[in-house]
Amino acid sequence: MPERTPSQTVGPYLHIGLTQGAYGAREIFSATVADAGLAGTHIRIEGRVYDGEGNIVPDAVLEIWQADDQGRYAHPADGRPLASNSFRGFGRCATDKDGAFAFETVKPGCVPGPGGTKQAPHINVGVFSRGLLKRLFTRIYFEGDPAHAGDPILALVPVDRRATLMAKADPGKPSLFRFDVHLQGVSETVFFDA
Amino acid sequence: MNDVYARAGSAADPPYLSPDYVGTRTRSPQRPLIVVPQTLSEITGPVYGHFDVTPEEADLTRQHAGEPLGERIIVKGRVLDEAGRPVPNSLIEIWQCNAAGRYRHAVDQHHAPLDPNFTGAGRCVTDEGGNYQFVSIKPGAYPWRNHANAWRPAHIHLSLFGPSFLTRLVTQMYFPGDPLFPFDPIFNSVAAKARERMICRFDLDATRPEWALAYNFDVVLRGSRATPTDPDHA
Repeated sequence: MPERTPSQTVGPYLHIGLTQGAYGAREIFSATVADAGLAGTHIRIEGRVYDGEGNIVPDAVLEIWQADDQGRYAHPADGRPLASNSFRGFGRCATDKDGAFAFETVKPGCVPGPGGTKQAPHINVGVFSRGLLKRLFTRIYFEGDPAHAGDPILALVPVDRRATLMAKADPGKPSLFRFDVHLQGVSETVFFDA
Repeated sequence: MNDVYARAGSAADPPYLSPDYVGTRTRSPQRPLIVVPQTLSEITGPVYGHFDVTPEEADLTRQHAGEPLGERIIVKGRVLDEAGRPVPNSLIEIWQCNAAGRYRHAVDQHHAPLDPNFTGAGRCVTDEGGNYQFVSIKPGAYPWRNHANAWRPAHIHLSLFGPSFLTRLVTQMYFPGDPLFPFDPIFNSVAAKARERMICRFDLDATRPEWALAYNFDVVLRGSRATPTDPDHA
């Protein structure tokens, strides 16, 4: 049997290959996951990435993977038909010089979970950067969603760490959410192993 | 729900904290990862394929008015899972420095020339047999500031998707016999027995006479767990 190829860091020059627009090349991914016409509640998620010393990380790239507003994935393993062919559920955004990123999308619906459970609305997140030898995997949930009580993944997270997974709505603008990633330290984000 | 993907398999990923690679010291999580089931959210993943790329994007030597300087190379291979099955229709993105060891990137201040005919980025999609092929130039070694007199061995970054969120991989492909291997903390972050999986193989059969050397590099992604009905394991 062939053996798995090891992971290596994206390094500091990831933008050449992963977010090529800045280098004059055609880009196939973007931070806009949902076109304006897509059904659902349109939201913006903004945040920053921080290292263990509280410094911003200006050379990370985040990838998100999510279901549509009905909780359906644009993938053959989810056999349910989608309302729109334009929805592919994937977004990519590099952090800027201030460590900031932003995604434009729709709030996903609940997704079926193991054993007949229902997963609360969430977005899968992959984090790559210089100094990360392999991807980190976390989830964005939405603070205050009553579906959290039955979510089988959140149930595995110690109560005192769940806040690191919660996007918080802006008090003045309910369609704007804030979600920071702390790679290390007292506020370290919960990362998963699946 | 049973796992679709084996948990350990033949994994040989480096640890997050690899202190000789200084950048990992403040960017590696210190708390244990929380082990979660593989739900629909993880066994699905972005689907990108032939409609998303053009054939020209696999040739890094034809993106500008002239040809880049350096040793022209063919990099080809297969993308497989851990059961040896090809991974078809799967996007590969690559990026690299030029022959002088300089990235066309605002942050790269290495005192080596940029090449106006080389960007250093490409993409392609595997065919039905999991095969891929790029044409490029051989990247140079370059210094970095990790430690005194630190140099990266020549490498090409590869980013692969595979069929799900869990098969996503970013790695680096190295060239045979590089004298910098013993001194590179990124290469050596991987267990010794698995380092050779990151080194391509010179391929005389695929080398095109009077034109370019070829290197073969198979990439093995986290593989779908074999089932009793799988013909490969019958």
